[in-house]
Amino acid sequence: MGNLVSISSNLLYASFFFYMIATFFFGGTIRDKKNSGRGKASTIGISLTIAGFITQLGYFFTRWAASKHAPVSNLFEFTTFFGMMLVMAFIIIYFIYRLDVIGLFALPVALLIIAYASMFPREISPLVPSLKSHWLYIHVTTAAIGEAILAISFVAGLIFLIRQIDQTKKSKHTFWLEFVIYSIFSTLGFIIVTTTFGAMDYQAQFQAPIEGQITAVEYHLPAIAGPNAGELQTAGAMQPLFDAPEWMRGESAARKFNTLIWSLLSGLVLYGAARLILRKRVAAVIQPKLKKFNPDLIDEVSYRAVSIGFPIFTLGALIFAMIWAQEAWNRFWGWDPKEVWALITWLFYAFFLHLRLSRGWHGTKSAWLAVGGFAIIMFNLIAVNLIIAGLHSYA
Amino acid sequence: MKKIKCECGHVNPEGTVLCEACGKPIEGNQHIDGNKKDSLLNMRYEGSARRSQTYNRNIVDKVWNFFSSVKVGVWLIIITLVASSLGTIFPQEMYIPPGSDPATFYEDQYGLAGKIYYQLGFHNLYSTVWFMLMIALIGVSLVICSIDRVVPLHRALKKQKPKRHHTFLKRQRVFGETNGQADVEAFKTKLRKQRYKVWDEDGHILAEKGRFSRWGPYVNHIGLIIFLLGALLRFLPSMYIDDFVWVREGETAVVPSTDGQYYVKNEDFILENYDPDKDERFQEALMNQNAPVASNYQTNAVIYERTNNDVVGAEPELEEIQKKEIVVNKPAKFDGFALYQSSYQLDEFSAMSFTLHETDDESAVLGEFTVDLTDPEMEYELDSGARVVIDEYFPEYYMDENQPRSKSKFPKNPAFVFYVYPPDGGDPEVSFAGIGMNIDPTNENQYKLSLAGYDTRDVTGLAVKKDYTLPFMAVGGLIFMIGVVQGMYWNHRRIWLQPREDGVWIAGHTNKNWYGLKKDIEKSIDQTGIDIPEDQQQLKG
Repeated sequence: MGNLVSISSNLLYASFFFYMIATFFFGGTIRDKKNSGRGKASTIGISLTIAGFITQLGYFFTRWAASKHAPVSNLFEFTTFFGMMLVMAFIIIYFIYRLDVIGLFALPVALLIIAYASMFPREISPLVPSLKSHWLYIHVTTAAIGEAILAISFVAGLIFLIRQIDQTKKSKHTFWLEFVIYSIFSTLGFIIVTTTFGAMDYQAQFQAPIEGQITAVEYHLPAIAGPNAGELQTAGAMQPLFDAPEWMRGESAARKFNTLIWSLLSGLVLYGAARLILRKRVAAVIQPKLKKFNPDLIDEVSYRAVSIGFPIFTLGALIFAMIWAQEAWNRFWGWDPKEVWALITWLFYAFFLHLRLSRGWHGTKSAWLAVGGFAIIMFNLIAVNLIIAGLHSYA
Repeated sequence: MKKIKCECGHVNPEGTVLCEACGKPIEGNQHIDGNKKDSLLNMRYEGSARRSQTYNRNIVDKVWNFFSSVKVGVWLIIITLVASSLGTIFPQEMYIPPGSDPATFYEDQYGLAGKIYYQLGFHNLYSTVWFMLMIALIGVSLVICSIDRVVPLHRALKKQKPKRHHTFLKRQRVFGETNGQADVEAFKTKLRKQRYKVWDEDGHILAEKGRFSRWGPYVNHIGLIIFLLGALLRFLPSMYIDDFVWVREGETAVVPSTDGQYYVKNEDFILENYDPDKDERFQEALMNQNAPVASNYQTNAVIYERTNNDVVGAEPELEEIQKKEIVVNKPAKFDGFALYQSSYQLDEFSAMSFTLHETDDESAVLGEFTVDLTDPEMEYELDSGARVVIDEYFPEYYMDENQPRSKSKFPKNPAFVFYVYPPDGGDPEVSFAGIGMNIDPTNENQYKLSLAGYDTRDVTGLAVKKDYTLPFMAVGGLIFMIGVVQGMYWNHRRIWLQPREDGVWIAGHTNKNWYGLKKDIEKSIDQTGIDIPEDQQQLKG
């Protein structure tokens, strides 16, 4: 039993390295003269990606065998699965369009997502009664596949924007594009900071009043923002620079707020360092390497991903979700934040499709919408679980 | 109505932009689709005559035009989207802790922002009139938008001819001229091989596939409309019932909203938790959690139907119709109703036993009695001749400014004011007794009531549902899915070939996925002598 669990996590590590090496090979294709690759680097890149995907499937099914339920029931498992589906979506798109550059951007996104997932508790968790349904697997997996395909549209949109936006002068476009890149750096920052302090086994205990009761609050990162009116208990731990605002009341709200500050600051450091070294906007540095790719084709990939992903997302995140909710809570729709954000995602992509099909929004506008859609998906994955629910202290 | 006759002989309805048969741009109507001279043609609705683009005279036209605008539809979507997100800032009223008063809860919890949130009615945002109005407007927009386009589009695609006006071909996005000999027969064969339908009219060729994908958007809109209508039907009580019943263990209760026709008995309520010692796989996770994690909520229920429903006032005669272990995700279903495991109350007190003895000597017992907490008798005769009378009963006792009161009628914390009449018949003594307390208000009582024991039982909370709107929702959802898949996973592609004096022209159009269309064309002109056509709308990089 314990054996199966460790095999499973080793397979996950292995797939992580496969994806990482594959990324380098896709990076190598950038220098190829031909723009759609049947070159050697491309072949090795896609083979490694597929090997990584199969390894990760191994992780998935061994974990399933160990826990006796499909491993999509907590934040770590779901996010990892989402990363895996992102890779699958990339593989599908690769065999339609043979564009190496998609891999060069999609795999790092998948790597970040999987690494991000690993920052959350990884032990196998029991299922509360309402989760004990086959609809759980069906709903969650379909929704994740849909979102992953939609994420490919973001990847293509991002490539399009880096390729197309005029970098010779400062504009709203260059600002927001740098902002997207900064957000990616912040995710990386979060992973680095969490891993570092996790390895040091950093702990700081606070006593803080929560709902009128003095409660122990534990931090695993040095407290920049401590709990409101909290007292540090651990000797030698850093004193908070300031207290979290009073309205953050949940038991873990202040801790999550602190983590957010750490992520944003470390992202700033990473991004600042990149700017200092490159002496240019990050996108401006990448732009020349993408010049050989046909922007029309990239635009089409972005749209195609939405047109494939949207129906799957509808099916998984709305229709199957309703069927399951009907079974479990006897109401197919309850306006719970997670549901509402799934609806918002759906409305957003409906909006995207109407603008594209009826009002002819192509190219840059369409690419920005693809980026916006991904931001909403990430918001639903991260913020709705951690922030909205956290403030209400459900999580 | 002013019909427009094209030079090809086809008669088009008023407002047509491109002749339905030959595609020749109709002079004077080009502004409708924003076609500029010599630029590519806007092919979105085949240049067909849409009502919304043709008439704008009276109020009906204006309303029609408003709702058929995609711009308006998109704005409706955006407003609904933003409004929905506002409702997630703070929890909705149904998710705040039960029993709390929303008027104070939001302000207490979230300060001024919470107060404003409450005052704007955002705590019940999704059932506000304006939010429902938004949904209704989207519904209206869906209907009008679809009818406005689908009718003329269908007409245009039906009337189209292989023989096209030369400007039509020239102003397609994919267009190419070939000078010299072309093997048209091979071209046709190769198109057929790629599952194109091929028509030939005096050497003019039209190859088409996937036309049905053009209907996808309209099919999915129909699905959405059915879905929304289903949601509307929920306001009819005959279509939708949402009720709730508490049933104590051992008790039989009438199922509400069934006109007394059905009864449910709770034989046993079971709550099981995960055991970290037994479930090795979850050990680590369970150890990290302070609270136990439930693994099962279950009611062993028996459903009865009343057989003498017509006899008013008679004792109900019940006939068992179903025995069912109701667990989460597995409701009991009968006659359109469903009972869902939805809540529970553990260890509610069912009976309390008291001993009456002398205050100073616990062994001098005057007798024992048991109070049934759900239906207490008011007077108890003890063996010794003493009498105990219940003066007041507080099922869920608490002190409210020095006054004992009951929070509810459920015996969660029962307490009593007793009158104790001594065996010799003197004046009664007052005694106040409950769980873990026994108060003698005068401090002069000769007799004392002590709690001798109590029984508890669990209560299960079952949601009672009847929902005849589900089939509408299901059908609506299914049609929507068929529509999106039809519209998104297939493409409507057409390729035209026109014989010219010195060769051939070919042109291609698709509603999306131009990459796929170009690949189709490349395959079909292979070794036919036809040159690869050009994409006249490449983005310049």
